Parts: sequence; structure tokens; C-alpha cells
Amino acid sequence: MKPAVLTGKHFINGDIACAEGAIAAGCLFFGGYPITPATEVAEHMSERLPHVGGTYIQMEDEIAAMTSILGGAWTGKKTMTATSGPGFSLMMETVGLAVVTETPCVVVNVQRGGPSTGLPTQGAQADMMQAKWGSHGDYEIIALAPSSPQEMFDLTITAFNLSEKYRTPVFIMSDEIVGHMSEKVVIPEPEAIKTFSRVAPDQPTENFLPFKPGPNGVAPMPAIGEGYKVHVTGLTHDEKGYPVMSVDTQAEMMERLMGKIRNNLDDIIMTESYLLEDAEVVVVSYGVSSRTSYTAVDMARKQGIKAGLLRLITVWPFPDQIIKDLALRVKGFVTVEINMGQISREVERCAGYRVPSYLAGHPGGAVVPPEEVVQILKEAF
Amino acid sequence: MGKPALKEVIPESHPHPLEDLVRMDRIPHIWCSGCGTGSIFTACLTAMKNTGIDYNDFAMVSGIGCSGRGAGYINIDSFHTTHGRAIPFATGIKMAKPETNVIVFSGDGDLFAIGGNHFIHAARRNMDITVICVNNFIYGMTGGQAAATTPHNARSSTTMGGNPESPFNLPLLAYAAGATYVARWTMLHSRDLTDSIEEAINHKGFSFIEALSPCPINYGRRNKEKPLDSLKLYHDRTIIKNNADPGELAIDFRKKVILGKFVDVEKPCHDEEYGRMYLGETNE
Repeated sequence: MKPAVLTGKHFINGDIACAEGAIAAGCLFFGGYPITPATEVAEHMSERLPHVGGTYIQMEDEIAAMTSILGGAWTGKKTMTATSGPGFSLMMETVGLAVVTETPCVVVNVQRGGPSTGLPTQGAQADMMQAKWGSHGDYEIIALAPSSPQEMFDLTITAFNLSEKYRTPVFIMSDEIVGHMSEKVVIPEPEAIKTFSRVAPDQPTENFLPFKPGPNGVAPMPAIGEGYKVHVTGLTHDEKGYPVMSVDTQAEMMERLMGKIRNNLDDIIMTESYLLEDAEVVVVSYGVSSRTSYTAVDMARKQGIKAGLLRLITVWPFPDQIIKDLALRVKGFVTVEINMGQISREVERCAGYRVPSYLAGHPGGAVVPPEEVVQILKEAF
Repeated sequence: MGKPALKEVIPESHPHPLEDLVRMDRIPHIWCSGCGTGSIFTACLTAMKNTGIDYNDFAMVSGIGCSGRGAGYINIDSFHTTHGRAIPFATGIKMAKPETNVIVFSGDGDLFAIGGNHFIHAARRNMDITVICVNNFIYGMTGGQAAATTPHNARSSTTMGGNPESPFNLPLLAYAAGATYVARWTMLHSRDLTDSIEEAINHKGFSFIEALSPCPINYGRRNKEKPLDSLKLYHDRTIIKNNADPGELAIDFRKKVILGKFVDVEKPCHDEEYGRMYLGETNE
């Protein structure tokens, strides 16, 4: 039996690092369904979970996989599933159920080329907008974009922590390239890993209001069997959890659900900057594309272009303010991503009409070559 | 139709025998006069009470539809999920916390059309949950559209010229998929139904109970079947035949409709097998 935290240096791929991150974060239930290029996450979880007393179940489809992790989460456990584009599409309705029932869980999307069956074995970043808008109705979501196997480990732990803290599903928006690349992954001592678990109610079970928010806008979460007799519904509901079909209840619930994320942006949004201090043009990127973007910035600098990089670690909620502030002092933006223009639109939105914003995109199957980014920088600015 | 019974009319000295299991602050319920869901729900609650199992060791999961509202009225940990997905939600609960007695209370449209795939796979795994299907032969909540259980030739809002399709034989489907407890009753057979649900809860493995129920508003109205007509059919045109061949269980009220317990076999259930093979737990 291996321990939950495999302290030491490992040479593993991103999918396996993600699974190890989940185990280290305290995940005890995984509902899976095989799909390239995310299958290794499920395989590794099926092997590792029994070592820590956890449970793996392979469900009949991605809808069932996603739904099972919500049921699992209400028993008090940390739960996860992993998929890729087609499965992510199937999970979308249930993502809405997770949002509205405030059920913490982590969903990994190892993105591949789409639409439809697309390029199952090749990378893309074309589900970024689906992560934000894929389920019906309004909602705020948290999505993190790891750029290396090490980050697959680290950010999976962060994803669980955010999910537990804000009682919300959290997406890890990886891609085939990061999922399948093997690199050194350093797993720290267990004591050095910060994990967070949902706040349990300390009120008496009688007349408990399971959706009445605490000071940070998040309600303590009871588990099945504790005597709180919760009712959990996908219908619009009040603080008791009872369905109320009224405009006022809808407004109250929606404001609170959106507010949990919108009022905590500083805690949720993580970015990294490279040569941004004196930058005149900003390359915005995330995930695997940020790796080539560092090279592009270096190449541009050598050619006399004052470029800098803003790497989004948290993609959703979007760091509006950071882009807005940069737009006041730079000449423009180039967003590097493996799609035909998704996050670039967000950058464009935040840049407003102040400065131009361009896309260095790729339809999927390969990374954006740094030369192409430099070319755009040269032509545009 | 009269007003639904309100809490005020029940004298405090004689509380309703199921008051401890009902969210009385949510009564009156949404079910129409003449609907059978309430009777089946009562049978379910009575059966739960009769098992003597601590209510905190139960969880109820429903999907979407009229009977899907059951989870909203029972006063235990209860989950009203998305359309068709009650069973995978229940599976998640069961596998994450196997000591929970998980009951899925939902309708025929929810469990067998949109949710059919989940049903057969939970049965195949012998997932230790109890699935109670209120079968009213129609999509009631949305106004009476044809379902996977609507009889051939029956009229619905989407088959006004008669249903060209044929319905599922639900006990046969459950049996073929691997369910280890299968029974069928009507809402009129409340004692048999209650006893059967109690047995199903105590059964280790996947239990399925089909409970026939009238939908006078959305099925009866279009098929010249008044509420009492349905009950008469349940009384006159049914026959109890335990251990009947599941292949004979197609529902045709022009002939006799067979009720009873058809399958009750012992087989290791999924959480036991997982525990034994992966977690080093020994079966009792």
C-alpha cells in the first residue's frame, strides 16, 4: 500500500501527475469513463484510490461519471472525474446541477482537437469557452490551466482547495500535450502540502439552513447521514433548499452563487508575469501555449520588440482588471492559444477600444510556433 | 375536486403516522387528485419505517417529473437531480458511503427513456440500491406526451392518432439487465406494495419495483379512462403470480396484467465485490 503523498522526484506524465495531485489533495472517489487523452487519469486513479481507502467506479458514460461524483461529494468526500471534449460536452448539464446545488468537485478536461470526435490524440485548447458557458443559464466557474506535469500535480490540489472553499465545481483545463508529456514532478512532504476541506456545519440539526451563506458567502456543507436531513434540488431554491418558483428567490440565489466567485477574485485569480514591467506589447497565454510564448517573448526581445508575457493560471474567472490596467499603458495584446479565437476575445473585451488585440491561434493538433507569434508582433506593432 | 388535506386539519393528538418522514412544511404536494404517486410514496415511506432502519441511514434520490418530486417531500437527506440521472447520483452515494440505504424514487419517463442506460448498468452491476418506478404510462408533468411505457395505440399529446410504438416490459428489462430483486404492483395494492418495498430495501443488491399508477389528467383524459376506471382495472384485470416468467409480463389490460415478485436472488453486490477485491474487506 502506497501512501497518499508519494514524496520525492518522479518522471511522470501530466495525466498521472494530476491523479497523484488528486490523491494528495484527499480525493476519495473517482467516477470515470475512458476517453483519449484523459484515460490515464482514470487508470491511475483506479489503481491508486484503493491504497488510500478510496473508491473508483467506471460509469456507463460521462453523464453518469459526472453525476456520480456529485452523489459521492454529498457523502462528505472529495470527488473527481476526468474527460476530454466529447465527454466534457456530455457533462455540461450536470455541471449546472453542481453549480446550483453548490457541490464541490473537480473536473479535469484534457483537451483535444474538436469539434466532434476531432483529433483524439492531439492537443488543443478549444474548450475554454465551453468551460465558461457550456451549461445553460448564468453561472460563474473556476477553471485553472496547468502548463506542465508539475502544475498538473500542484493545480489539482489547488482545484480541490478552491472547490471545497467555495462549494463549486472547479475545472482543470489541461490539454493532450501537457497530459501526455513526461517531465520531472517533485512531490513535497505531506506536511508541506496545504489542503482545505469544506466547512462542516456546527449548528444543531433542527431547522438547519443548508444554503444560508456564512461570512464569505459560502454555506457550511453537511454530509449525508449527519442528521441534517438536507433537501438538495436543481430547482431554484431558498436557504432551506426548498424549491421556490419566484423572481425574488431566483435573484437572491443567483446573486449569491455568482457573488461567491465575483467577490473573491483576488483569492481565486492566479497569473504569472514575465518581462511585463517595461513591456510595450503583451503576449497573453495559458496552459501549454504559454510554454511557447516564453520563447516567443525572448525571440521578440532579441529583435528589439519590448514584449512581455502574462500567463493565466486561472482562466475563469477572467482577470479583467489586470488586462484593463495593462491596456492603459501598452500598445496592444497578442493572445496565444490552440483554438481559432476564444480567450483572445476576452482580452479584446477587456482591452476595449484602447489598444488593439490580436490572436496567434492554431486550429488544433500542434502548438503555436513562436515564430508566428513574433511575426504577428512585428506586423501589428 | 376538494382541497388537499392541510396540516391544520390533523389534530395534534393524532398526528399522521408518517409525519416524522414528511416535510410537513412542504405540504400540500403538487400531485393531482386521482394521481397514484402519493399512494406509492406512502407505501415507500411506510416500508422505510417498517424496516426499523435509522432514517439517517437512508438517502432518497429522484430525477425529474411528477414522481421526481418525491425527494422534495421526504424528511431525510434527499436529492432532486437532473432528468434521468437519479441512478448515477445514487450510485455515487452508495459507492462513496456503502452503509447508506439509497432509494431512487422516480417515474417511467425519467428512469427508462432519458435514464434507461443508467438503469441497465446499475442492474448489471447489482448496485445495492432500491429503485421504485411510478409507471403512469405517460410524461405527466409536461402535459401527457408519449413515453417508453405508453401502450401501443394509446393516445397522448404527441400521438393523438394512437401510439405507433410498443412499450417496454420493465420487469423483463430489469431481469435481463441483472437486477436481483424485481416486483410489480399497482398503487391499489398498497399492502403488497409496502411489503415488497420493505423487502427490496432489505435485499442486498439491485432491487426494482414497478408500481402502476393512474394519471387521470394526462393519460386518462385522452384514453377514456376515469380515475375510478383505472382502479377498477387494477382490481379486476390483474392477477398475482409470483415467480412468473418475466417474458410474460407485458402490460395489456385487455388481458390480465401480472403482478407479484418475479426475481429474488442472492448475488454479491458491487460495493461488496469492490470492497473484497480492492479494499481487502471480507464479506460477512
